[in-house]
Parts: sequence; structure tokens; C-alpha cells
Amino acid sequence: MNAPQVALEARVVRAELGRKEILHGVDLRLPAGRWSSIVGPNGAGKSTLLRVLAGLLAHSGEVLLHGEPLRALAARSRARQLSWLGQNEGAGDDLTVYDVAMLGRLPHQAWLASPSAADRAAVERALRQTHAWDWRERPLGQLSGGERQRVLLARALAVEAEVLLMDEPLANLDPPHQADWLALVRELVRSGKTVVSVLHEVTLALQADEMVIVDAGRVVHQGSCGDGATHRALREVFHGRLNVASLDGQWVALPQ
Amino acid sequence: MSAAISVSISGRARRPGWLLAVGLLVLAAALLLLGMDVGSRGFEDMWRSRNDPVASQILWDIRVPRTLGAWLSGALLGLAGAIAQGLFRNPLADPYLLGSASGAALGLAIALALLGASPFAGEWVLRVGFTGAAFAGAVVGVLLTLVLAQGVQHTMRLLLAGVIVGVVLGAARDLVTLAAPETLQGLQAFMLGSTGYVGWNACAIMSAVLAPGLVVAWATGRGLDALALGESTAASLGLPLHAMRVALVAVLALATGAAVAQTGLIAFVGLASPHLVRSAVRTTHGALVFLSALMGGVLLMAADVLARWLVAPQELPVGVLTAVLGGSYLLWLMYRRSGVARRAP
Repeated sequence: MNAPQVALEARVVRAELGRKEILHGVDLRLPAGRWSSIVGPNGAGKSTLLRVLAGLLAHSGEVLLHGEPLRALAARSRARQLSWLGQNEGAGDDLTVYDVAMLGRLPHQAWLASPSAADRAAVERALRQTHAWDWRERPLGQLSGGERQRVLLARALAVEAEVLLMDEPLANLDPPHQADWLALVRELVRSGKTVVSVLHEVTLALQADEMVIVDAGRVVHQGSCGDGATHRALREVFHGRLNVASLDGQWVALPQ
Repeated sequence: MSAAISVSISGRARRPGWLLAVGLLVLAAALLLLGMDVGSRGFEDMWRSRNDPVASQILWDIRVPRTLGAWLSGALLGLAGAIAQGLFRNPLADPYLLGSASGAALGLAIALALLGASPFAGEWVLRVGFTGAAFAGAVVGVLLTLVLAQGVQHTMRLLLAGVIVGVVLGAARDLVTLAAPETLQGLQAFMLGSTGYVGWNACAIMSAVLAPGLVVAWATGRGLDALALGESTAASLGLPLHAMRVALVAVLALATGAAVAQTGLIAFVGLASPHLVRSAVRTTHGALVFLSALMGGVLLMAADVLARWLVAPQELPVGVLTAVLGGSYLLWLMYRRSGVARRAP
């Protein structure tokens, strides 16, 4: 059996925030066409690692996208291949839902060019996928936290990149919309996309194909979410205060 | 221009946007006609006295350039306000935040101390000297801010550096006025703002800054939209953020510097114009910069006409009027929004 192709690879990556080193030589290979979730205790460096993988944070070492150094890619080319959804960064309250989703098409548009039919189709698809199409004319500032999160997800989907990196994409989403998000991610993976998400909710993270466990700026374990070794590593990294159990065929993490 | 305004990112017409643009242009034209008729004796019908060479000279050499100058200065401040609020992602950002106002005031104070005359009187050479000093001061203020912030990369550092430069240059200006108290009167006219001595040259200078400034701001409009969603999101979309920031800071500095140098410190126009536009229409930054410039022009033009007419034959400092009008409107807007928020479920 052939080894799965690698979408993103980190080689001895070190990164600092302020003057403090957060990542201490991370090595990581994320398989293509799979959903990998990154988990770990608070302050472990999960979001920093994701920002490095997205090419958004200065670092030493090497990050490769489909075998090509990320640094060697032009910014627009990288933006077409890697889509990013960050944590509640900005406001943009005056922009309409449609305008926000259309920003996802910027990597595909020439400077000052009007949106093409393909751009409009991609935006409509993304807004329908996140059930936000009906409020496309509403300003972002008039939406609830969960609705806003769905619009920002649509903006990330509208890029139509091969790899999607999401930092806490389920923040503010209620359980039905969390379930919708899970279904959407599975659909994206089925269509060949690679999804990498940082999730602090371990039960939701266990729904992924692969789990990357980060602690104190290092990857301490990487493996299948259904693997016993992964569950043991989870318990260890959370100092035994977490138990992984099976419930109706799904893995759940219970705090202890 | 209206075509650019009417087309949003979605490619669909935004009627309120272009309607507002047309409304503001019509209002500006009406105010221009009104401004031609308001003089030291209140309203005078200048059309009737068109055959009088003195009246004609007053009209074409004083009132028309002054009224147009008020529009141009207001438009520059409105444009700078929209850029500042977009770039700093802060609705309270003011065009003077990068140290241009304090720099211009210091430049003028030094020029007054050295040349010893009122900034809005005197010979043409002196006048250019004072205008040049204010402009040079504004540019030095912005450059100091940029040096202190180590470039334009970090928005918060830039904002903080602007505040620090403003305080330090303000203190330096106070030292100059302490050493040369005779500069206080001339400086006061500058601090209160005046459109009284804006001529055709000043109009030409402000137009030369406004036109390319609008084009650059419009061209970076989508970048400002993306920046509104956060720096990481904007960077992830492959936008040339550094080049964009450099261009926008340059436009912000030049627009503010040109306006301040020609008309002194005009309060609230830069801060209030984008808010007035946003309260009227929902728009992207590409249209906002145009509409905010049009709004700023109309605000300062209206304030200029009022300043001439309210206590004629005396004149009120136009900056005082803009502060009263703009400040009152913002207070009303805050009151209305908090009322809406209280009523919301």
C-alpha cells in the first residue's frame, strides 16, 4: 500500500511570539485528503503552529506545501492553495455577508478587476454550504457570534483552496451548527481537500481522521483518532484529567 | 466617479451609495453658489454685480477659490479620515493621529518665531513660507511617527507612536511660544482653522494631492475590506500588505499635511465624515473613501458659509464651527445608536 501523500510538512520549525520561543523545533507531516485536528493544553502553541503552517508567522526551519517550500511561493499562489480561518480577529461590521465571502476570491482576481461569474458562483456555493446565503445582504455587524462564524467560514471556503487551515472554527457555534460543520468538513475531505483545524473541544477533535497533540511547543504525538496510543497520549498531555471513551460508536473525551 | 461608487464587490448596484454621491455633489454645487454670495455684508447677489470689476475681482479672486478651497480641504480630511479608520481598524481614528497636526503647528510656530508675522496676513513670500513650514512640519511629524513605530508593519505601534509624537511635538510648540510669545496670536488663527486666505494656488496644491490620493485609496479599498477582518486574514489572502500600508500612510500624511498647511487645524471633519457616510449607506472601503471625501468637502464648505454669514461682518473661526456641528452630530449618532441597542431584544 502506498504511503499517503503529504499536504503540509514542517521541518524543525521554531517560532517566537514577542521574544519568547513558542515552537521548539517542530517536525510534522500532515496527510493530503484527510482531516487532521491539532489539540493540546492552553498555551501549548497550537495556534502558533497553525499560523506557521499558513505562512503567516516568521519562523526558522522549513514548511513545505505539497513538497514545495512555502517561502518560495508567491503570496497569491500560496493564498490560492492555502485557505485560512483565524480566531475572531477583526470587525468588518459594515461589510455585507456577500462582500465578506467575496473577499475569499481576492487570490483569484486581478488587482482592480471585477468579480467574474466563477467568483460569484464560488461565493454562492460557499454561502449555501454554511447556510448563510439567505442573509447575504445583511451587514456583518448585525449577526450573532455563531452566524458571523458561519460567514467567516464561507469566506474561507470561497477561496476553494486545496488545504484549509482553521483555528477554532467551532467557536460560537451551537450544537446543530457544530454538526453541520462536521458534515461539511467530511464532505470537503471526501472531495479531496485537506483540512487542518485547531480545536480546544477534544470530543469534536476526536471526530477527525488524524490527531496531532502539541504540548509545550512540541508535537508529542501524531496518530489516528481511533488509536489507543492517541488516547493514552491525550490523557498524558492533560495530566490524566481526561478520559476517552466510546459512545454510540464515537469517541468522546470526558474531563476528570 | 459615481460608477466606481455604485459598484460594490458583489458587482451589484448599490443605489444608496451613488444616490448619496449625487446628493453630496448637488449640495456642494449649491453651497458653492451660496459661498459666492456671502461676504462681509451678509448675502449679496454677485450675479447682478457681474459687470462691476471690483465685485468680479472679489468673486473670482476671493470667494470662489475660498469656497472651493474649503471643499478641497474638507475632502482631503474626509479622505484621510476614511483611510485612518480603515487602516487602524478603529472608528475613532482621526487623520491627525500620525503626528501631522502637531508637526504642522510646530513648523508654523518656528516659522512665526523666525519671521514674526501673522500666518494669514503679510506678503505672498511670507505666506508661502508659513504654508511651507506647516506642510514641512506635518511631514516631519509623520516621519518621526514612522521612525518611532519602526515602519508601518504594526498598526498598534503606529497608533501609539503617533500619540507620543503628538504629545512631544505639542510640548516643543509650547516651548517655542513660551520663548516667543508674539507667535501666540498667529498660531491661534492656525489652531482654530481658517479658509479665509485660500487662493487659487492653494486650490491647485490641494487638488494635486486629492486626485491621486483618491485613486490610491480606491485601488486599495479591497485590501482595507480584508484588513477589517484582521491582519492574518488579509495576509492569508495574498495581499501586499506592506506596500498597501506604505501607500495609504503616504496618502494619509500628504492629504492631512496639505489640508492643515492651507486651512489650519479643522476639527472633526476627518473623524465625522466616514461616520456620516456609514450612517447613511452600507458600503465597502472602495466607495467609502470617495463618499467620505465628498462628505468632508460639503461639511467644510457648509461650515465656511456659516462662519462668514452667522456674525457678518465678523467671521467665526471655521474650525470652531466644524467642531460644534461635527461633534453635535456624533453625539446624536451615539445617542441614537445606544437607543437602538437598548430597544434591541
